[in-house]
Amino acid sequence: MENRNFYNEILTEHNMRPEFKHELPDANIVLEGKNPNCGDDIFLKLKVEDGVITDGAFTGDGCAISSASADIMLGMIIGKTKEEALQLGELFLKMIKGEASDEEIDQLEEASALKDIAHMPARVKCAVLGWHTLKEALKDQ
Amino acid sequence: MKRDYREDFPLLMQNETAYLDNAATAQRPACVLEREKAFYETENANPMRGFYPLSLAATESYEEARKTVRDFLNAAHTEEIIFTRNTTESLNLVAYSYGLANLKPGDEIAVSIMEHHSNLLPWQMAARMTGAKLHFLECEQDGTLTEETLTKGIHEGTKLVAAAQVSNVLGCQNPIEEICRRAHEVGAVVVVDAAQSAPHMPIDVQKLDADFLAFSGHKLLGPMGIGVLYGKRELLDAMPPFLTGGEMIESVTREGAVFAELPHKFEAGTVNAAGAAGLAAAIEYIQGIGFPEIMEKEEALTRQAMEGIAKIPHVKILGSERPENHTGIVAFTVEGVHPHDVSEILSSDGIDVRAGHHCAQPLLAYLGDNVATRASFMFYNTPEEVEKLVDSIASIRRRMGYGE
Ligand SMILES: Cc1ncc(COP(=O)(O)O)c(C=O)c1O
Repeated sequence: MENRNFYNEILTEHNMRPEFKHELPDANIVLEGKNPNCGDDIFLKLKVEDGVITDGAFTGDGCAISSASADIMLGMIIGKTKEEALQLGELFLKMIKGEASDEEIDQLEEASALKDIAHMPARVKCAVLGWHTLKEALKDQ
Repeated sequence: MKRDYREDFPLLMQNETAYLDNAATAQRPACVLEREKAFYETENANPMRGFYPLSLAATESYEEARKTVRDFLNAAHTEEIIFTRNTTESLNLVAYSYGLANLKPGDEIAVSIMEHHSNLLPWQMAARMTGAKLHFLECEQDGTLTEETLTKGIHEGTKLVAAAQVSNVLGCQNPIEEICRRAHEVGAVVVVDAAQSAPHMPIDVQKLDADFLAFSGHKLLGPMGIGVLYGKRELLDAMPPFLTGGEMIESVTREGAVFAELPHKFEAGTVNAAGAAGLAAAIEYIQGIGFPEIMEKEEALTRQAMEGIAKIPHVKILGSERPENHTGIVAFTVEGVHPHDVSEILSSDGIDVRAGHHCAQPLLAYLGDNVATRASFMFYNTPEEVEKLVDSIASIRRRMGYGE
């Protein structure tokens, strides 16, 4: 009876044991991201120095997809420049829209575990919440 | 004679999933679809405008539907039945027309904490615009509104009480008759949201002594886009129109207008006559089965679901422990798993349920859950579907990575 297992190990791991779900007292950028319809509500916390994201974390409540996606995202962007992070965000959105090539999806490393969201329109907002909040947060810099 | 009602529902015959989101909208039997189609194929003209046979036929179907609704609710007068688009529009009609004309600064509007946003936001609006205050009638964890809550919360300063007959989250049935009695003692009117009760139990507005009562056709096997507002004639008569324009006037001059009599005063513009005819067909279909059988079937499904779910660790059912207090609605939470993930997994197993705040955010915040997943049954659901639901819920935590 159990059909397509969308909740693969990568997703459930990041959801159950998130690496970056904690406070970040020395964050210099904090932005709330919300999906009013489903009640996902996260706070993205970043420490940006000289254009480089040196640390990051998130707090808040959300479904497995939004939490896992935010956690994976933070693992990918810490240590990257703002521009690199934003570029990864663009790629992620492209993948979610089902428009990314296989090579592009490979560049997304663990975040590629979310590629099937392209077939789940109701969950797209959950998957992109972290990335969307990141874009908003860096835009004002 | 009992038979398999599923055969009456074209969608159920071809759909492969277990449709358990009936509280959001029901499915429609073929007789309803055919009735709407027949209206457009054989009676379509603008009702109430023409004097030729087609227009008269359209008008007659529309007015016959009104009589069917009147009988369904046991209203005293046919003109007490006003057609709207849905429950939300019916409740807004009362808030804008009755509310703005009658509420004054300092008056209290008593609203039950379990209201759907559709029976809350109109009263927040009316309070803002008139200076009246909202008072919440808070229920117990199982949804009960105690006598004490009612006597304390409804008092001399209360001018209006808004309450659902059945909660769309807890499924509990509120004591509308007692609420009306108490409200009338202190001179308040009662607005009943019957969106979740009308499809599942007989309603007698005279016995309830409700002042206003609203429901939607689409939750009652009828078409989308047709709803009902019942109001006591003397109240409706004294109320100003809600929307103005065509169809709702006696005469119009450059300066003003004389409004039409009830019910047309509240039915501005071209009405949904085909929808009304479809709704009448739905009501007749339900009456053909009869509420005793409907209630028995739905209670059995609810009992089966609740007993099955109760055995699953880490899963909590919202509201009463008694299936007969659920009106076919079983909302639940799975510890550690967000309802959107719950419904996603159920969906991948071919089960359609609703997840989220169910347009009742104050209730869920009050209960401390914020979000939940809801399965809701109709008489056409089957024990096999319920079994599938219970099995799937039992597998959720394991599939989300909890080692069980
Ligand atoms: C209790 C209750 N009231 C009101 C509504 C609103 O109904 P509609 O969307 O048909 O106006 C609903 C359904 O969603 C409901 O369950």
